[in-house]
Amino acid sequence: MEFDLAFIWAGLIAFAVLTYVILDGFDLGLGILFPFAKSHAERDLMMNSVAPVWDGNETWLVLGGGGLFAVFPLAYAVVMPALYMPIMVMLLALVFRGVSFEYRWRAQKLKWVWDLAFSGGSLVAALCQGIALGALVQGIKIEDRAYAGGWFDWLSPFSLLCGLAVAVGYALLGACWLIMKTEGGICDHMRRLARPLAVATLALIGVVSLWTPFLDPVYFSRWFNLPGSLWSFCVPALMAALVWLLFSGLRGGADRQPFFAALGIFVTCFIGLGISFYPMMVPPSLSIWAAAAPDKSLSFTLVGALVLLPLILSYTAYAYWVFRGKMDPNEGYH
Amino acid sequence: MLDGISAETLARVQFAFTVSFHIIFPAFSIGLASFLAVLNALWLRTRDTTYLTLFNYWKKIFAVAFGMGVVSGIVMSYQFGTNWSVFSDKAGPVIGPLMAYEVLSAFFLEAGFLGIMLFGRDRVGDKLHMFATGMVAFGTLMSATWILSVNSWMQTPAGYSIAANGQFIPEDWWQIVFNPSFPYRLVHMVLAAFLTTAFVVGAVGALHLLRDRDDREARRMFSMAMWMALIVTPIQIFAGDAHGLNTLEHQPVKVMAMEGHYDSHPEGAPLILFGIPNPAEKRVDYALEIPKLSSLILKHDLNAPLDGLDTVPDTEEPPVPIVFFSFRVMVGLGFAMLAVGLWSGVARLRGRLYTAPWLHRACLLMGPTGFIAVLAGWITTEVGRQPYTVYGLLRTSDSLAPVAAPAVATSLIAFVVVYFFVFGAGTAYILAMMNKRPATPRLGLRDAPVRAAGLVPPGKLDALSPKTPN
Repeated sequence: MEFDLAFIWAGLIAFAVLTYVILDGFDLGLGILFPFAKSHAERDLMMNSVAPVWDGNETWLVLGGGGLFAVFPLAYAVVMPALYMPIMVMLLALVFRGVSFEYRWRAQKLKWVWDLAFSGGSLVAALCQGIALGALVQGIKIEDRAYAGGWFDWLSPFSLLCGLAVAVGYALLGACWLIMKTEGGICDHMRRLARPLAVATLALIGVVSLWTPFLDPVYFSRWFNLPGSLWSFCVPALMAALVWLLFSGLRGGADRQPFFAALGIFVTCFIGLGISFYPMMVPPSLSIWAAAAPDKSLSFTLVGALVLLPLILSYTAYAYWVFRGKMDPNEGYH
Repeated sequence: MLDGISAETLARVQFAFTVSFHIIFPAFSIGLASFLAVLNALWLRTRDTTYLTLFNYWKKIFAVAFGMGVVSGIVMSYQFGTNWSVFSDKAGPVIGPLMAYEVLSAFFLEAGFLGIMLFGRDRVGDKLHMFATGMVAFGTLMSATWILSVNSWMQTPAGYSIAANGQFIPEDWWQIVFNPSFPYRLVHMVLAAFLTTAFVVGAVGALHLLRDRDDREARRMFSMAMWMALIVTPIQIFAGDAHGLNTLEHQPVKVMAMEGHYDSHPEGAPLILFGIPNPAEKRVDYALEIPKLSSLILKHDLNAPLDGLDTVPDTEEPPVPIVFFSFRVMVGLGFAMLAVGLWSGVARLRGRLYTAPWLHRACLLMGPTGFIAVLAGWITTEVGRQPYTVYGLLRTSDSLAPVAAPAVATSLIAFVVVYFFVFGAGTAYILAMMNKRPATPRLGLRDAPVRAAGLVPPGKLDALSPKTPN
């Protein structure tokens, strides 16, 4: 039996990136909302709500990068130089944000520095991820197996808009996460913040979605010719349902519904992106099969991934299950 | 400030800087994870609370060092693509999968066991906690194995073919993973990590002994560290010698640079103890040499001929002074470690291990030498294999990404500033913890959630316990 290993791996990489967005999105969003907290105690509580999970979440980013290197080395070799600045800045922002989880509790006079590092690092990392996504969607120029553009090609109104959309969207996820995890003042506060964030997220998604088909005629034809046009009906319909769930959850005082509806919106956007991209790995010209490593590399790596990924996923799911429910502000996790 | 320097030089400086910073943390955490496993096992076996106190003391230091290792490691996994994309494209099919395995094993260790090791003792029971602690140690060794396999393949490539598009294609994974220099490099590096940790532990023990020679925990850790220094240092010197002979077989030019042999010696080569390499004149100035000793060490024959750098074209020659000096730093520190180990052995025999302030002062001074030796060793092997990234097959200058010098310069400056600030602060916090006695009840400056990667919140860990009655 013949397996299309490149296709399987494209699916696995897409899955790793989506898992990263789902897991780390709310985590970064919470950092973006850090300055809006009303007291030190609220900030402690916000940070503690993700302290046990954040680095497990971020490891998916390493897995995405490492996995891309292993199975699509050409795509990795083209995308990294093309997105040089946003990637470098994102990494530095994540360094600041990551260490502040440990340092914040050990510093006394300098505590405000690590508060700032946490929220600033989260915001900058979110913006850079959005900008990198936008730059990828608008296409990367390749000649002779190498990036052939300039080092500011990533900067465009479209990529900046994507950066803003991702940052606002992450903030929405962060607010919804806190609605689910907290009680009392901070929960009500987040509920009040979530409404305008949801409106802004949806407006930005709308603009990006309408803009994308006009960036490249290929995108246009994927969405507006059969069979793609079937999707152009389904995806917005799914989106409308999720939006209704989000707002009714926020209005009706539900704890979990807003968070899962917001996650659903992110997943739907990701599916939309997949429809635009397929069968390209790096638009406009590098396909999944052209970017893939030889089958020997793909199969060797697949063995490890098939053994370890289910273990990691089930452990993660179990940990979140154990961790479910509201936090007790007095107990903390230490 | 960095005008007029090529993108290649800047990219090399950037990689050297980020990887040098990164290696410090694994070099410490590989050894420390094993030390923690030993401490925990001894506590369970003897029920002597000294071991428990030491375990709790070092695990907090481990958590901070491990956190810094994780964030500096994220940067490394992207450096290959941003600055060395041609290398990534060509070597990716071979080394990419090995690095993916490194990430997966590190990931599995992180997600699964670190949280339990750090917080779980009271909640999961001794057996599961011991298992988790052992798995953390095993995981750090697995990570080291995979990443050293990658590095060794770049030094002594095997089991590959080259495709029409210039990519290295894997032919035999067994040969790739167990390439000729891998076993030597793995042993040498793991022993180096153990020694690095031993000398840090020894220095902390010595510090507290100088303050109070009756401090129980300080005595215990100092004694354990000195056993390591006494036993492991000679083994390491032996392993290093074997690694050197392996290098002579596969990368003779590197050995020529390490020895400072600009000229061939058909009748036995001298060992240059010290000197100043003069690359312009192709000789070593002010050389202090012992005749024929180099031939004896490398060929086990006083009169064995040894080729010098005059037998290779200049374009194949690594930067000799860097390799020459860094090698001597590493070897010199290795012998200093041996001296300290022997000194401690004598003091122990005379029953004065805990009452020898000069030994304690020497150990305090030796605390950071493991890190310096590890860095010097890596500089020797990495600079010594220049001008290649994949030895003999892919030149460093042909590996570079199409990035402009200003972009690399800007990011380099950003990395330098951020790393010194961030990791400087982390090091300061670690030193502050080491400055307190192991028996200090609250080691963190405030009551902190010392945790790194535990997916399970410690408050809920009892759900994992098989003993929980519910």
